[in-house]
Amino acid sequence: MNVASQRPVAYLDHAATTPIYPEVIDAMAAQLARLGNASSLHGSGRSARKVVEESRETIAASLNARPSEVVFTSGGTESNNLAVKGFYWARRHADPRRVRIISTALEHHATLDPLHWLHTAEGAEVELLPVDRQGRLDIATLRTSVERDPTTIALISVMWANNEVGTLQPVDEVVALAAPHGIPVHTDAVQALGQVPLDFAAAGVDAMTITGHKIGGPFGVGALLLRREADLVALLHGGGQERDVRSGTIDAPAIVGFATAAQLAVKGQPDRAVSLVELRDALITGMVTAVPEAQLNGAPGDGRLPGNAHFSFPGCEGDSLLMLLDAQGIECSTGSACSAGVPQASHVLLAMGHDEATARGSLRFSLGHTSSQADVDRVLLAIGPAVQRARAAGNTAVAGGRA
Amino acid sequence: MRVLAAMSGGVDSAVAAARACDAGHDVTGIHLALSRNPQSYRSGARGCCTVEDANDARRAADVLGIPFYVWDLSEAFHQAVVEDFTREYAEGRTPNPCLRCNEKIKFAAVLDRGLALGFDAVATGHYAQLETGPDGQIEMHRAVDPGKDQSYVLGVLDQQQLAHSLFPLGRSTKHDVRDEAERRGLSVAQKPDSHDICFIPDGDTAGWLRDRVAGGPGPIVDTSGEILGEHEGSFGFTIGQRRGLRLDRPAPDGKPRYVLDIEPISGTVTVGPRGDLTVDHISGINPRWCGAVPQDELACTVQLRAHGEAHRAAARVIGAGVEISLLEPAQGAAPGQAAVIYAGTRVVGSATIALARRRATA
Repeated sequence: MNVASQRPVAYLDHAATTPIYPEVIDAMAAQLARLGNASSLHGSGRSARKVVEESRETIAASLNARPSEVVFTSGGTESNNLAVKGFYWARRHADPRRVRIISTALEHHATLDPLHWLHTAEGAEVELLPVDRQGRLDIATLRTSVERDPTTIALISVMWANNEVGTLQPVDEVVALAAPHGIPVHTDAVQALGQVPLDFAAAGVDAMTITGHKIGGPFGVGALLLRREADLVALLHGGGQERDVRSGTIDAPAIVGFATAAQLAVKGQPDRAVSLVELRDALITGMVTAVPEAQLNGAPGDGRLPGNAHFSFPGCEGDSLLMLLDAQGIECSTGSACSAGVPQASHVLLAMGHDEATARGSLRFSLGHTSSQADVDRVLLAIGPAVQRARAAGNTAVAGGRA
Repeated sequence: MRVLAAMSGGVDSAVAAARACDAGHDVTGIHLALSRNPQSYRSGARGCCTVEDANDARRAADVLGIPFYVWDLSEAFHQAVVEDFTREYAEGRTPNPCLRCNEKIKFAAVLDRGLALGFDAVATGHYAQLETGPDGQIEMHRAVDPGKDQSYVLGVLDQQQLAHSLFPLGRSTKHDVRDEAERRGLSVAQKPDSHDICFIPDGDTAGWLRDRVAGGPGPIVDTSGEILGEHEGSFGFTIGQRRGLRLDRPAPDGKPRYVLDIEPISGTVTVGPRGDLTVDHISGINPRWCGAVPQDELACTVQLRAHGEAHRAAARVIGAGVEISLLEPAQGAAPGQAAVIYAGTRVVGSATIALARRRATA
């Protein structure tokens, strides 16, 4: 019945999650078989703790952070919540004037929603700065916003790379504006890790979100890289296992899997980036031939993630296209915020100035460590007829609704 | 065939999808997101618009091993069904949104999109039977379970739509369908039936309309024009309604009074005895025919509401409308409702009731 299950899948949704490395499975399986709570004081506990601390050192080394700056969490959403709420609470507590949070309109929901919550529940003044047509933060706007009254800013949060359109943000310029005023900067680098070079110390940010399953590690584990001197209020209170900033029994098997993946992802990054750029550009060039009216969204060339190609197909519904490609075993994403499968127009594309129809008629193809030219070829072969069909379907759906 | 199974998250559409699979079709499940603001978990969710229903539909598709997608038709649904519903009430009529949804959404927007995407048919969990007639035309008949028969709300489908529809449940009873769902391991087997209007989650239609339909208080009068009381808005009333009139003075003969007429401009609601509700002639507009348009006077039965009885009648197409004489008079036919015309168990077509009256009798 399901045609897709009978054919090899062309997987172009690495930004959603990327295949786990076999080495990660081995490392996790070995640790799962070992007894011990990393907080226990006996021999078994010490063995588990040793694995956790080695993993922490591995991740720190891969990202040029200190081991004590790695705070393990359950993943990207928790890390973003911890950074945004934690900084806000701590900074406002230290100085009640600090009620402003500056961010961008195209952050991931794991940042936007905590910001929205802080606004409605805690009275935070959230400024979501506009982005340009390519999805890049306008630094002049940020400068104006910061310099209006730096003493009232609790936090600036700007993602390293956008998850939908892949545009890289000028985080270094953000830091340069914030640092003289002592304003902490958080960045969500979930999509960037393993795709572009990341150096926590050199970046100058105070906190950076990373997660396991986007880099070939397991689900349910991530970290907030947090400067040693940074002061945060915890989200989860309990045993205080992670620097007293995060509580919860330490998940040694997940953490060793995460560390194994981080090491592989970072070590292979330079070569991977080269091959991903090659594949990505082949996809972009081929797309223009296959579907001349397709529009590439996001920044060109070095301004975007090596593995991201995001297109709008005028006259099409993205979910029609997704379905047609899925039926042929080609897996991609509409790249839109998804609440229990109910599609909504992407806030990212709307923030970039696209209209709702364009936003709904878009697909994200994201490449990763297992991607091949064959995957790209499959897309380029299938997309023309799929667009033709989806366009016919798109028009009838609208007509049917209007009648 | 490549079949789109519309899965609401309820037991009927899940079993319908399962049977489409059993019949050897290549089935893809879709859930229609119809609400612009899907609520999260509503207690005892019975509508078709909630996140819980979408999840139930997804689980059923998983169990059947078929692909599953959510289609956002909230804009089309809002325009074609919700706004129409509000407008009809504002004009004093009583619309049936399920018919409208079948006509404009499920077997139009969804079917058209499905056909364009390469599907051949839409399967739903409606209780109705499709048969190929002697002339090769697809005929729609009442379901075998009279308690569940839904041919009334499908009476708006034309031959083209019927030719691309599958109703796998038409020969089953609801009881059998629940048993089958249980046997198939579908977790929705015991989910309660939906009865409410799906976009009015709490079932309070009058309250929902009060927030959306302009119109203030107005008089409640008897057939002589004497004012008996006042109401807060005429949209809350339906022709034939007896309860909720809140009149202090009983009728002179002590018998209950019913809503006979609603005049939306002045907001006048006319009430009177049950006998005055009797109608034996209906003028229908916007007819929809399942097959060929009847040429001569048609001896038929006519059903005037979703679970109403069938009245023996004679129907004749006149111009763009249908004139229906009821040989068995009806009590209170509300303008806006559909009159669905049957020949035996077969659905011939339907029309929207524009006018229902009692002929001057001797």
